[in-house]
Amino acid sequence: MKTVGVISFQGDFDKHIERSRALGLHAVPVRDAEAAAQVDAIIIPGGESTTIGKLLERFDMIDLIRRRIGDGLPVLATCAGAILLADEISGSDQPRIGGLHISVRRNAYGRQIESFEADVIVGDSDWPGWQESNVLGVFIRAPIIDSVSDEVKVILEFEGKPVLVRQGAILAATFHPELTADTRVHEYFFHAVAGFPAQ
Amino acid sequence: MSDTLWSERQKSTWRTKVGLAEMLKGGVIMDVTTAEQAKIAADAGAQAVMALERVPADIRAQGGVARMSDPEMIQQIQESVSIPVMAKCRIGHFVEAQILEALGVDFIDESEVLTPADQSYHVDKHGFNVPFVCGCRDLGEALRRIGEGAAMIRTKGEAGTGDIVEAVRHIRTVTDEMRRLQGLKPEQLMGAAKDLGAPYDLVVEVARTGKLPVPNFSAGGVATPADAALMMQLGAEAVFVGSGIFKSDDPAPRARAIVDAVANYENPAKLAEISRGLGQPMSGIAVGAMPENEKIAVRGW
Repeated sequence: MKTVGVISFQGDFDKHIERSRALGLHAVPVRDAEAAAQVDAIIIPGGESTTIGKLLERFDMIDLIRRRIGDGLPVLATCAGAILLADEISGSDQPRIGGLHISVRRNAYGRQIESFEADVIVGDSDWPGWQESNVLGVFIRAPIIDSVSDEVKVILEFEGKPVLVRQGAILAATFHPELTADTRVHEYFFHAVAGFPAQ
Repeated sequence: MSDTLWSERQKSTWRTKVGLAEMLKGGVIMDVTTAEQAKIAADAGAQAVMALERVPADIRAQGGVARMSDPEMIQQIQESVSIPVMAKCRIGHFVEAQILEALGVDFIDESEVLTPADQSYHVDKHGFNVPFVCGCRDLGEALRRIGEGAAMIRTKGEAGTGDIVEAVRHIRTVTDEMRRLQGLKPEQLMGAAKDLGAPYDLVVEVARTGKLPVPNFSAGGVATPADAALMMQLGAEAVFVGSGIFKSDDPAPRARAIVDAVANYENPAKLAEISRGLGQPMSGIAVGAMPENEKIAVRGW
């Protein structure tokens, strides 16, 4: 059975662990480099990107994760996770993993009172799952992806901005698929991106 | 572009409110009184700050009526950090809450630390777009606040003392009462709701799931990394630290150590490393030696 590690310092890591287990995977919390070295895929949850980045740095995990992602380790990142993978974060020099060729703006929709739910639109993807019904995006103090490089595919979008992007084995969302009952983003990650067999 | 207008979008739902609380799990929310303190907190890895004019220890020492902070001071803190900024309103003072919402604070703490404005009622929190956190000492109080619309609960502890004993009592009480509900038969739940003074539907939900329907954090008395890890091991999902940081000898390393302790709360070897050489914690007041009328956790109805 494949093991997915969820970075579990801060944020909604429990929701990703629950969702991964519900989809039949062996999901474990990851809080040190030893655990990060052993997993078959990694999830970076939503939360506070500056806090998660600092803790990854303090506990000597950031280089290892960067190297493993560079070697092709499948990674799903939501909201804060997407920020941590971005090559460019507007106006911020916070600790990050990087490697995903996008430029993001933090809290780009505004403060918490501007957080919202909305249906998102399928972009450049022919994965049949997306056609079943609309995907509801939950956006909480969400970032906006302002630009992507050529090797980044925009899977889902909202108001002309990418909200789910893929670059090789990296899948990053600006919204929170782990907060709705819809399991398709995780299924897409495990099966279409990571290539894990269906359970 | 989207086929709906901005104003037509479903905004600030129960899911986005509780969702922000979910994003705040596993971290530390620190009380700050100035933009400089807010920066120290953010640099230490705080996931959010609570902007207020006086930390609870000073409210205790100085006495008088404690109110919502000056909007100018809250805005200065909002401008100084990128992490979420929370602020406190008095219990039942819905106009202070309206003002805090207009300022765009990310979470309102309807807090017993301030002097209550209403002796009978709390704010109707469903009517706001901004999420609320409220304190509790037991399960009934937690479920009443959730029924009123609180998207996050924190056990109260005894703020401004640096004594963890009440925080422990409150989280153990909530946990024990939830466990008891899980053992009851369906016909016993209405009686339990009556005894707890809690909404029946929420009692049924807790009996079924064994947990609160919103994240459950801990506050009131955390002064050391070990205190923070203790609350996490007892079931708190994140920790508020009020006076414990900026009333200690050396706030920056202590702030960072408490963040690190919450992230590694189950790892004693790391906790030992994290707890080294932090200087004196806040001196504090033992709750056991405190007159009843000086306790603030009893505020809340």
